[in-house]
Amino acid sequence: MKILTILLLLLVLSPSLVLGGDEAPTIASNADAIALVQDHANYLWTLVAAALVFFMQAGFAMVETGFTRAKNAVNIMMKNLLDFSVGSIAFWAVGFGIMLGVNKSGWFGTTDFFLSGWTPDGDPWVLAFWMFQCVFAATAATIVSGAMAERTKFTSYLVYSFVVCALIYPVFGSWAWGSLFNGSGWLEAKGFIDFAGSTVVHSIGGWAALAGAIVLGPRIGKYSKSGKVLAIPGHNIPIAALGVFILWLGWFGFNPGSTTTADKSIAMIFVNTNLAACAGAVLAMITSWIMFKKPDIGMSLNGALAGLVAITAGCANVSPTSSIIIGAIAGVVVVLSVVIIDRMHIDDPVGAVSVHGVCGAWGTLAAGLFNMPSMGGFSTEVIGVQLLGIGAAFVWSFGIAFTLFKVIDMVIGLRVSEEEEMMGLDISEHGAHSYDFQLTKHA
Amino acid sequence: MLMRNIKLNSTPLLIQTESWRKIMKKIEAIIKPFKLDDLKEALGALNIAGMTMSEVKGFGRQKGHTEIYRGAEYVVDFIPKLKIEIVVEEDRVDAVVEAIIGSVKTGKIGDGKIFILPVEEVCRIRTGEKGKNAI
Repeated sequence: MKILTILLLLLVLSPSLVLGGDEAPTIASNADAIALVQDHANYLWTLVAAALVFFMQAGFAMVETGFTRAKNAVNIMMKNLLDFSVGSIAFWAVGFGIMLGVNKSGWFGTTDFFLSGWTPDGDPWVLAFWMFQCVFAATAATIVSGAMAERTKFTSYLVYSFVVCALIYPVFGSWAWGSLFNGSGWLEAKGFIDFAGSTVVHSIGGWAALAGAIVLGPRIGKYSKSGKVLAIPGHNIPIAALGVFILWLGWFGFNPGSTTTADKSIAMIFVNTNLAACAGAVLAMITSWIMFKKPDIGMSLNGALAGLVAITAGCANVSPTSSIIIGAIAGVVVVLSVVIIDRMHIDDPVGAVSVHGVCGAWGTLAAGLFNMPSMGGFSTEVIGVQLLGIGAAFVWSFGIAFTLFKVIDMVIGLRVSEEEEMMGLDISEHGAHSYDFQLTKHA
Repeated sequence: MLMRNIKLNSTPLLIQTESWRKIMKKIEAIIKPFKLDDLKEALGALNIAGMTMSEVKGFGRQKGHTEIYRGAEYVVDFIPKLKIEIVVEEDRVDAVVEAIIGSVKTGKIGDGKIFILPVEEVCRIRTGEKGKNAI
């Protein structure tokens, strides 16, 4: 009994023995400890979300290769691998500073280049935040490779990859999101709503894609001499579908992760994201069924993505019911947009311009139209700012990208030769192929 | 050794050479791909020793069909088929052709065609055998 009492006493006293008996917890130190736990949770959520958004690169790669021909598969993989790799380094060197550095004019930042804001004993939040922003920049960059597929010179694409993450994306990003860190943008000062980047990421990428597709011209054999739109079918529909599922998964990091905070608000963002994607897929399927007499897989896949892009702006300030409407309208819009852009003889092999550019604009407008009453509700001022942002994004991204592609074309050439295009970029640009390895030597 | 009623411009002596071989034929059958197993079974019943199969595309009276990809229609002319090649002695040709037709015929357009060609020589690589022993 005595031994038991002594043991019990030791047990009760052990916490204070372990923690240094003279420091009793105070309300202030408890508050600090709790705040630290929340801080840690924020890091955890932000970085897990960043990893999910990173995985969207795999999604883009699969969608693009699935919708294009086998003879260009190696090239698509190279472009996707490198626009992420080159883009990330460009964003580390230049882009992050322009987007989120101290921004006196409201038009671009001038500090935090080469991650200079980080010191080994300083606050590591800058690293977590950079990581999250980096994968967003890379998402905007990789949108363009789909529209420019099957005929773009690889070196030219590398040049573009650097510029998009060093300049095009960060400048507009500084206008809309600068204050998320050290900066401050003129657009966000007006109350522009774009929570996760329907415009900042997707439209910026989409309009740059449009510029690229226009400067490049269509693939050989895409439009007949009489002006008819000819089909150039992709080579692997299951891979394209896998890509869409991966993108959908990654979007659960893209949208809710933009809180960069581990709190309860991410629940509604998750639900909004999912519902918009589903509505987009269903309505795109129905639209294609009506227009083409059969439910079309390519259009349905694009529809899911269209819904996801469209909800990205308003995912934190619209209701789940509104998300379904927003996604549904995006599903219809994307099918019509693909057909119209094709009729304009602008060749976009995967529908990047329609999914990201057009539906990004719709989503940004929708964030204003469906603004929840608890967030301020509908107002024409808000709509005006949304339209201003949509227009500014188009002018900036399309303008700079078009100029960039024209300059690249003049200096090193943007498009491969006709012979190289017919042979396939795998052979002509990379001296390799993805499939049908010749077994005669080693079988 | 059989004497055949062959109208030749040469003398009958030629027929009685020691290297008289039975005439061999190659049967080429273009069939619908899903009929391959039926055909193999039917030929197996006739103790046909082997065959070669290749995946081909073609059309005859069976027209192609229209598909749609991202809103653009396109016509597929060439339809996937299988080509089966068998070499047999001449006196087996009729039985083999009958077996093929019986096993792959569906009665619908696109059933395919059979071509019969003469074969000059056959050789088994492993042993060097020639003629009907090599089939």
